[in-house]
Amino acid sequence: MKLEVLGTGCAKCKKLVELTRQAATEMGIPDEILKVEKIDDIVNYGVMITPALVINGTVVAAGRLPEKEEIKTWIRKNIQ
Amino acid sequence: MLAVVADWVTYSLLSLTPHSLFAGAVNFFIYDSLKIVLLLMIIIFAISIVRSFLPPEKIRSILSHEKQYTGNLLAALLGIVTPFCSCSAVPLFLGFLRAGIPLGVTFSFLVASPMINEVALVLLVGLFGWRIALLYVVSGLAIAIVSGIVIGKLRVENLLKDFVFANKGAAPEFSRDMSWNDRIQYARGYTLEILKKVWLYILFGVGVGAWIHGYVPANFLAAYAGGSTWYAVPLATLIGIPLYSNAAGVIPLVSALTEKGVAMGTTLSFMMAVTALSLPEFMILKTVMKTKLIVLFAGIVGLGIMFTGYMFNLILK
Repeated sequence: MKLEVLGTGCAKCKKLVELTRQAATEMGIPDEILKVEKIDDIVNYGVMITPALVINGTVVAAGRLPEKEEIKTWIRKNIQ
Repeated sequence: MLAVVADWVTYSLLSLTPHSLFAGAVNFFIYDSLKIVLLLMIIIFAISIVRSFLPPEKIRSILSHEKQYTGNLLAALLGIVTPFCSCSAVPLFLGFLRAGIPLGVTFSFLVASPMINEVALVLLVGLFGWRIALLYVVSGLAIAIVSGIVIGKLRVENLLKDFVFANKGAAPEFSRDMSWNDRIQYARGYTLEILKKVWLYILFGVGVGAWIHGYVPANFLAAYAGGSTWYAVPLATLIGIPLYSNAAGVIPLVSALTEKGVAMGTTLSFMMAVTALSLPEFMILKTVMKTKLIVLFAGIVGLGIMFTGYMFNLILK
């Protein structure tokens, strides 16, 4: 599974990386979280307000900090 | 009703002597803080609900079908409901331009979005009343629309960094279906987030304001910052630029200064400069535009703000 966090380094972006890591670890998923910080790459995902979470190339959340449980739901959907 | 609570805390709970300077300042502080925090909760919540219907992708798709003038007007209006933080300025800017939204229309959005935000709005309503708040919104919209049209007419696309258009093409759309439950969750979360961020500044600002209200003689500042002092407006605008992150603390302070003789137009210029012209945002914008364009942008918006200040100093005598 490919987990990416898009953000230019704001406090919320770091928080999202942390939350995603926790969610993945708690679910026993060893994947690394890719931090996408280049503006060009962020915009290419169609995201205009950071932070955003991308799972397997699909933006699942943008412009807000989702709950850890939400992140788990998205990961679960992508496992199946 | 709030006045009753404030009176009760001041005179019964703290048993301060009525009519003393100290009691007056305390009463003012309690009343204003309560009023502003309540207003903030209600208004931020309401705006967040509206906002959940208008994510930036939707705004982009609305604006990409608009041309000049109507595009500028719509961009400025939509800027009101968009949350703005300088860390989003660049991705928004790029996202808009690559979707084919004209540069001038994008600038109208970029000016209105931070200038007319819900925190400033609440503080204006709470401390100055509806009339001044409305003046602020209307002139803010006018400045955003006019500066966007001017920048559009100047045809300064060459002042953007080359990579801006290097990667043109429709950005992928992603849908976010929200139920009413999601919207309420989102609005509640956002309201709490903003309150957490600004409450300390507000208490500080209202506190200093209350002190000024109680202790500084009326009209003390009239000689320096009254309507007839020509340099007050540009000076207020300049001072406002580096104060961006503290809008929540600055407005209560300024409202107290207005009581002591600072002219209303000067006050409005100052608040507009605080919210619309921000040094950190300029630094961030350097990744997408040349310095010349940033100076041009700041200059045009700054002129608009000063014009507004002088105009209201003349009208609101």
